Amino acid sequence: MRAIAAIFRADFNQHIQYRASALAGLTTQFFWGFMYILLYMAFLRSNPSAFPMTQRELMSYVWLNQGLLIMVVIWFVDLRILDDIVKGNVAYELCRPMDLYHYWFIKSVSRRLARAWLRMVPLFAVAALLPQPYRLMPPYSLLHGLAFLVSMLLGFFILNALTMFLYAGTFYTLNPTGIRTLMAAFMDLLSGSLIPLPFFPDAIRRLLELLPFGSVQNAPFLIYSGHIPTERILPTILLQLFWCLVLYAWGRLLFARMIRRVSFQGG
Amino acid sequence: MLRLYTKYLDMNLRAQLEHRQSFVMMLLSQALLAFSSFLVLQILMQRFGSVGGFGLDEVMLSFAVTWMSFSLAETFVRGFDRFSVLIANGGFDRVLLRPRSAILQVLGSTVDFSRLGRLLQALIILILIAVRGPIQWDFLRLLTLSNMLVGGFCVFAGLFILQAGVTFFTTEGLEIFNIFTDGGREFGSYPMLIYGQLMLRFFTFVVPIALFQTYPLAYLFGRSQNLGLVFLPLLAGLFLLPAYLLWRLGRRRYESTGS
Repeated sequence: MRAIAAIFRADFNQHIQYRASALAGLTTQFFWGFMYILLYMAFLRSNPSAFPMTQRELMSYVWLNQGLLIMVVIWFVDLRILDDIVKGNVAYELCRPMDLYHYWFIKSVSRRLARAWLRMVPLFAVAALLPQPYRLMPPYSLLHGLAFLVSMLLGFFILNALTMFLYAGTFYTLNPTGIRTLMAAFMDLLSGSLIPLPFFPDAIRRLLELLPFGSVQNAPFLIYSGHIPTERILPTILLQLFWCLVLYAWGRLLFARMIRRVSFQGG
Repeated sequence: MLRLYTKYLDMNLRAQLEHRQSFVMMLLSQALLAFSSFLVLQILMQRFGSVGGFGLDEVMLSFAVTWMSFSLAETFVRGFDRFSVLIANGGFDRVLLRPRSAILQVLGSTVDFSRLGRLLQALIILILIAVRGPIQWDFLRLLTLSNMLVGGFCVFAGLFILQAGVTFFTTEGLEIFNIFTDGGREFGSYPMLIYGQLMLRFFTFVVPIALFQTYPLAYLFGRSQNLGLVFLPLLAGLFLLPAYLLWRLGRRRYESTGS
């Protein structure tokens, strides 16, 4: 546990240095956020009765998605780890007196958290000051706000557990770009990154909400804005907890089996 | 010059086919990316029926043209898209030493054929539209469509060259360009008019994406008989001019990174 905390601190401090890059990224994300909003508004005007969310819920969703982007998309992975796997440097990592799964998991967590932290603070600050109807409003209620924090934490855990499957996939295929693009394409669609899940047809939406991908951002963002009513909060969080446990156990099993099979050719 | 370029193409293709499995995987994942964006478009259009006065067929055509021209530009102008790598590792010094056009060499340095995966999806959509039959195809309309693709290719190619030109000054690639390249593709999937007059003007006069999708749509679907719309997309080709000038300016004051 002490080792985990130390790695987290070191990695977090390293990644929090990238301030200029965060600032550049911020401009980009504001633009994307605004364009998405304009797009949704165009659909809203065309057929208001078909719109599945309120305007306020939509704005929360778009700005939370932009501000927390790095904490909710799979493609922001540590390229160095992928490189280590392909080039065989992973042999060094295996010499460490620490489980590889936990080591990479905590590296993924600290890297994403540090980079997200740099972007989210200024982005939320500005988004909260925008003129109506574009403004990011506070959570629906105090309860929803607290539930959002819990749900976001669980969602973040699930995302990192899924990232471990990406690393495992790289071990098997040795083609990090291919597997990363493939997973990103699936995740962007199924997690509600391209459009919030309420926009899907009802039957598909219900299915997607049950899959682990829907737990990453769709669940916490909809809790925040109150789209998920009070009585649905507990079942939503329990489902997230379920996926945390399943994906964690499954990932560790996969890693254990994989590491037994790994062979190095030296060099 | 053309012979040299075909040599480059041949070289790139053969290099990429060496890793056949990886190549196919990349091709498929590119196609999947395009497919999921198209799926989203279908879901939204099914739910709302129309957007900003445009029906499903018009939006589908806008999507197909934008993605097709983006995919072509990303395949053949990839060398400029990845130019920051060439600057950072000193590869551009070697380019300048050779007695051949620098532009040709940068173009030839990377031709990424797996990027054609997106084209595949766009082609299928074009065929779908043709089968659904909302457009009365004749010579002028086919010409309009090909002009749209040419115009689109020029705009995206221009963006990649512009991005490379800026790299001369900054050494690092700029994430901001992603607004216009990836953003142009994503938001250009819909006619630019739906984002409002301000955005339409921006995407007409600054980054002329609307020239090859929003305006000529009216002629293709018979909503306007104005023959000027047939050739309007070619005007987007002018976008290459400032891109080229900036690149030339940057090349003049290029200093090696020394690596």
